[in-house]
Amino acid sequence: MTDLNYDKSLHLKELIPQSAIDEIEQWILKYPAERKRPPIMPALKVVQEHNGNYLTTEMMQAVAEYLDVPHVAVYEVATFYTMFNLNEMGKHVLSVCTNLSCSLRGSDKVVEHLQNRLNIKLGETTKDGVFTIKEVECMAACGGAPMLEVDKVYHENLTEEKIDKILSDIAAQHMPAKEEDNNGK
Amino acid sequence: MGKVNIEIDGKKLVADVGSMIIEVADDADIYIPRFCYHKKLSVAANCRMCMVDVSNLPKAVPACATPVADGMVIQTQTPKAVDAQKSVMEFLLINHPLDCPVCDQGGECELQDLSVGYGEDVSRYVEGKRVVKDKDLGPLISTDMTRCIHCTRCVRFGQEIVGIREMGATGRGEHVEIGTYIESTMDSEVSANIIDLCPVGALTAKPSRYKARAWELRESPSIAAHDCLGSNVNVHHRRGEIIRVVPRENEAINEVWLSDRDRFSYQALTDGKRLLQPKIKKNGQWESCDWQTALNFAMTEMKRIIGASNGDNFGAIIGNNSTTEESYLAQKILRGLGCNNIDFRTRRRDFSADDKGNVRSGLNFPLQDLEHMDATLLVAGDLRHEQPLATLRVRKSTGFGKAMAINPFDGEYNFRLSHEIQPEPHLLANEFACVLSAVAAKKDDAISAEIKEWLSGVEHNKVHSEMADELIAGEQTCILLGVYAQEHPQAETINWLGEQVAKLTDSKWGYMTQGCNAAGNKLAGAVPNQSEVGGRATLGKNAKQMLNEGLKGYLIHNCEPDVESLWSEQALENFNNAECVIALTSYDDGRMLDYANVMLPIAGNFETSGTFINIEGIWQSFAAAVAAPGDVRPAWKILRVLGNLFELNGFDYESSIQIRDELREKYEVSGDKKVSRKMPEVLCSSEKFEAPRESLGLYRVDPMVRRAEALQKTPKASTHPISISRVKT
Repeated sequence: MTDLNYDKSLHLKELIPQSAIDEIEQWILKYPAERKRPPIMPALKVVQEHNGNYLTTEMMQAVAEYLDVPHVAVYEVATFYTMFNLNEMGKHVLSVCTNLSCSLRGSDKVVEHLQNRLNIKLGETTKDGVFTIKEVECMAACGGAPMLEVDKVYHENLTEEKIDKILSDIAAQHMPAKEEDNNGK
Repeated sequence: MGKVNIEIDGKKLVADVGSMIIEVADDADIYIPRFCYHKKLSVAANCRMCMVDVSNLPKAVPACATPVADGMVIQTQTPKAVDAQKSVMEFLLINHPLDCPVCDQGGECELQDLSVGYGEDVSRYVEGKRVVKDKDLGPLISTDMTRCIHCTRCVRFGQEIVGIREMGATGRGEHVEIGTYIESTMDSEVSANIIDLCPVGALTAKPSRYKARAWELRESPSIAAHDCLGSNVNVHHRRGEIIRVVPRENEAINEVWLSDRDRFSYQALTDGKRLLQPKIKKNGQWESCDWQTALNFAMTEMKRIIGASNGDNFGAIIGNNSTTEESYLAQKILRGLGCNNIDFRTRRRDFSADDKGNVRSGLNFPLQDLEHMDATLLVAGDLRHEQPLATLRVRKSTGFGKAMAINPFDGEYNFRLSHEIQPEPHLLANEFACVLSAVAAKKDDAISAEIKEWLSGVEHNKVHSEMADELIAGEQTCILLGVYAQEHPQAETINWLGEQVAKLTDSKWGYMTQGCNAAGNKLAGAVPNQSEVGGRATLGKNAKQMLNEGLKGYLIHNCEPDVESLWSEQALENFNNAECVIALTSYDDGRMLDYANVMLPIAGNFETSGTFINIEGIWQSFAAAVAAPGDVRPAWKILRVLGNLFELNGFDYESSIQIRDELREKYEVSGDKKVSRKMPEVLCSSEKFEAPRESLGLYRVDPMVRRAEALQKTPKASTHPISISRVKT
């Protein structure tokens, strides 16, 4: 930590490709040079994208060292935002908002329905690795509560039928191309 | 700074512009409830307990985060303020467990106290409470994280005061947890301060867990004994047993903090293997005896050896943490018997200044000034491990100033260095001389021809030159020599260099010393070259000579030279070969059992009265907090009786205060004799020496710390392992 000669950026450079490092460098430039913490969020985002949609402790530490901030500062950010995944995720993450507006509009039913349909609990991944259900905080779509997000698409005013449709659409994507998926992994 | 007039609860006050309401109220003794606010930490304003009613503002505002403005009228007791405080308390108690009866904090808990004032009798919440898994923070701090109210004082302490942020708030909303995220122990040497900071029972002291209730404890002020700052502490004890040690506020020395070493060392006294009765070794077997027998034995042996050799073949080694009174009496006895072989400096190599008069040990400026320095040059100082609280001050100064270091080892710093030089150990003085040379080049007119001559051939480079620039440019600057500098074979050269560089750059300078009472021991005359307060004495043998030459008899007081001195191997061998080793010790273990012939049980720190003189020269006297167990006696009483047994004059003290006053009177007559250092002879590198890193290590410094169980279990202790177990069995 205090060895001034040790190149702290090395660890991260080993973990992700140079293109990703360049991307992080671009983000760092956008913030005042003396402020070290703002780039934590974009850096984690870049790293997560390069690691199959989740972060490991080692990666968070590497990001901390790269940005010269305490390890725990990175853990704080990564655990605060629900967009950062700290465990291996399924191909499709169903992010269900359970915050106030959605909760008032029946998000608990959405969660229950999803759990029954997929036979997993919140935070779990189906055995085939296709679905993960995740509880997230407000995604700024209160007007369409209850809502969920999957693959960067918002689905609002959810009903059981709508949810079934979402699930079957995704399942349909996977049925014929199952082998391909395995290769892609 | 401008002033504004404000009014709190009808009291008219004048406050500095920019200060917060809570600071002004605290100064005026008006209590505002709070959890997250702490005067030494930044304002977080996240507990919202300190709501007050400010006229013209529609809602109650947090007193910790609202700056005062001219004409502000603040009420702390109006319905608006009290309602806000009560609501906050209700929120805080939603998830806080009702386990006060089994909580260590119970009775001294800020949440408990305030809930009496602001809480309701019955909770309106029937939902289940949040449960948080406890974190393992190591052997010093125990956690009950379910009790945490997220005030973040511990987080801010790490970030702002220590500079090593280990704790953080992870998660969000309901799921926020305070912790280290991944299992890791707290690694800092001042970590346990978060126990004091924690307003609830989430962080409590592990060694004293479940030992006592706060209201059963009695409090006695005392002085910590493990570094040269002399931190002020309160000893909490119950029925004669020390339960814990906590810091006592003293802004000039330890502020409100305490190092872990000073806090937990008491365990050696409560849980260590104590020597409870005098013992004499007969035919290789230890036999307990009464005081009379033991003291007579010691006296006869001392008389015999000293008498037979004209005082030449006997020597006394005094521990670093002995009180000034003990040192004074020990040297008084020895000199009374015509023996000048007494020393406490078992980790010194350079005694070349011993015949050049008295120079006071320590800092030549107030410790507090360390935090105002524009530039600080550390020379061979491992502050974090030697004076953990001094490093917090230096760190504060790096907020605006620069810190630089010339250290022959991989120093661990909790602040950023602007310049660092890492010379080989034997080239330390040369490297420091380069700085003087750089200074000399810039201050050519102020430098004497003699020094110019001395410096001829010393070349400085860019780094030296920049260091010199910083020292010259800064308004307040200092040069701080660490303990390691005093262990160096060229310690006196380094000291002289420190003095010269300071003089030329208009800096302050000083050096840190080993143990807690180096200044006191020296002043008391526990050195071979001078008696008390710098009085003349025939030059005796110093610690290095005594430990290496092999004397016939030794008196070892409150130390283990076979462990902590620079010549531990030689010391062990010579002790084993000596005819008689008289050991004044608190413990009945270690290699002392092999080499000693008589062991006299002395009271430990907190069990004896005495005086420590700290690095600044402040005399800090303390009374015994608890009585020593068994037949153990305070060392000053033992030495007094011994003095009388020898039929020496002037050993009729009735209290340690009389001893101190006698010394103090002499000191006031003689004053601080400051002899300026003489220029050392030609600068040449000392012989290359093997071990580059010879500091004793954080938790190895003295017999007491080495026996403090919890400290020995910390990761810091294992990085410098040492065996105190016996070689032979």
